[in-house]
Amino acid sequence: MSLHWFLLESITCHARNRDRTQIALSQNNHEVHIYKKYGSQWVKAYELSEHTGHITGIDWAPKSDCIVTCGVACDACVWSQKDGVWKPTLMILRINRAAAFVKWSPLENKFAVGSGARLISVCYFDKHIKNVLLAAGSCDFKCRVFSAYIRGVDEKPVSMPWGSKMPFGQLMSEFGGSGTGGWVHGVSFSASRSRLAWVSHDSTVSVADASKSVQFSTLKVEFLPLLSASFVLDNSVVAAGHDCCPVLFNYDTHGCSTFASKSDIPKQHPTQHVYAAPEEHHSSLYEVDKQDCRKFCTTGTDEAMTIWDFKTLEFSIQVLQIM
Amino acid sequence: MARNTLSSRFRRVDIDEFDENKFVDEQEEAAAAAAEPGPDPSEVDGLLRQYPSLTRRDMLRAFHAALRNSPVNTKNQAVKERAQGVVLKVLTNFKSSEIEQAVQSLDRNGVDLLMKYIYKGFEKPTENSSAVLLQWHEKALAVGGLGSIIRVLTARKTV
Repeated sequence: MSLHWFLLESITCHARNRDRTQIALSQNNHEVHIYKKYGSQWVKAYELSEHTGHITGIDWAPKSDCIVTCGVACDACVWSQKDGVWKPTLMILRINRAAAFVKWSPLENKFAVGSGARLISVCYFDKHIKNVLLAAGSCDFKCRVFSAYIRGVDEKPVSMPWGSKMPFGQLMSEFGGSGTGGWVHGVSFSASRSRLAWVSHDSTVSVADASKSVQFSTLKVEFLPLLSASFVLDNSVVAAGHDCCPVLFNYDTHGCSTFASKSDIPKQHPTQHVYAAPEEHHSSLYEVDKQDCRKFCTTGTDEAMTIWDFKTLEFSIQVLQIM
Repeated sequence: MARNTLSSRFRRVDIDEFDENKFVDEQEEAAAAAAEPGPDPSEVDGLLRQYPSLTRRDMLRAFHAALRNSPVNTKNQAVKERAQGVVLKVLTNFKSSEIEQAVQSLDRNGVDLLMKYIYKGFEKPTENSSAVLLQWHEKALAVGGLGSIIRVLTARKTV
């Protein structure tokens, strides 16, 4: 596990390049700073200024090496590097509220921007094959799966477990909201796209399994609300939030109904809490960024970034099972 | 000076009601139809009436009976008040040394429900209620963690 402290402001969003030697982050302002790793040091390499308002989301496409950013000025920007210079392409999204989150599609020919205008804008560039599902968690306590299939851009999808009809914008599945639950803070598809996990403000973690007639189960946790979650492989979710340390959840479908309003901590799992060295993060963890399933990266309001290694963790992680 | 600056009637208009983006919880109507009647006071009273010769097991039965059929789905305030009264009576009748075991006998949902009642009890304190509730709060917190308090705060349906 390694910890690096950046400057004076909290890190609001971050993204890393494919080989994890660079990190793009925003420190609660309208600029993106890219840091490169030299040995064990992180050195600032670039400052990208194009946005006029605070940046709310960053994503770095691993293959094409393009960065997409979005901000409160209702815009998004795609950055591509040529001859060592980052060139922006500003995208005017047709929204009248701040953009809140941005993510590249798996094939990097499209990206989706979530916004406070209750719209998700999907923007596309080139032709590629299928990457057609979009999951969105929202402040109306629900998590939804939409089709992002664009004719002419995506290959026609085979039947998806989330639903059969897939015109663009089709709501394929919807979860939650039935009088309980809290704002959905983070969502994550599993690698196979057949499972969806989300974390809510009511201190719960939920997992929907498309292969089980799209039912979902919710685990009530004892911690403060989690803010970000990421599937690791197909049956583990690592999440982090206001309790300042990451937590690992296993999703086990072995012969059990997927409805779980109560989940016991199974006896075989260690119950020691991970205080991920409590001095590491004094304040909330904002984002969890998956890295090839052996390590994951968290950033937080204490201006720090921590890279956690599953294998060499010296302390145990509390593991809770959703049955 | 124009006369209408003296009128402040416009200040009573709730502008949020007219906001087209106002969030409406669509589940409310369906839930109201399925409203629970609240715990049965006579059942709970019957179990409590045997106090002080009450065995520990009967107190637990009274406790569980009080938490049954909680009126989370109803909008009827009278039902909610009555339920709160029943629960508070049981909580007050417990010996301090037995609170922990009672809390341990609950599942995760039960602990969340107990927390809701505890915080509701804090809202309108009576002579000794807060002291009793604080003892229950301590034990419930040990089991439910901060998450159970968060769920009280974020719950849109209250007891």
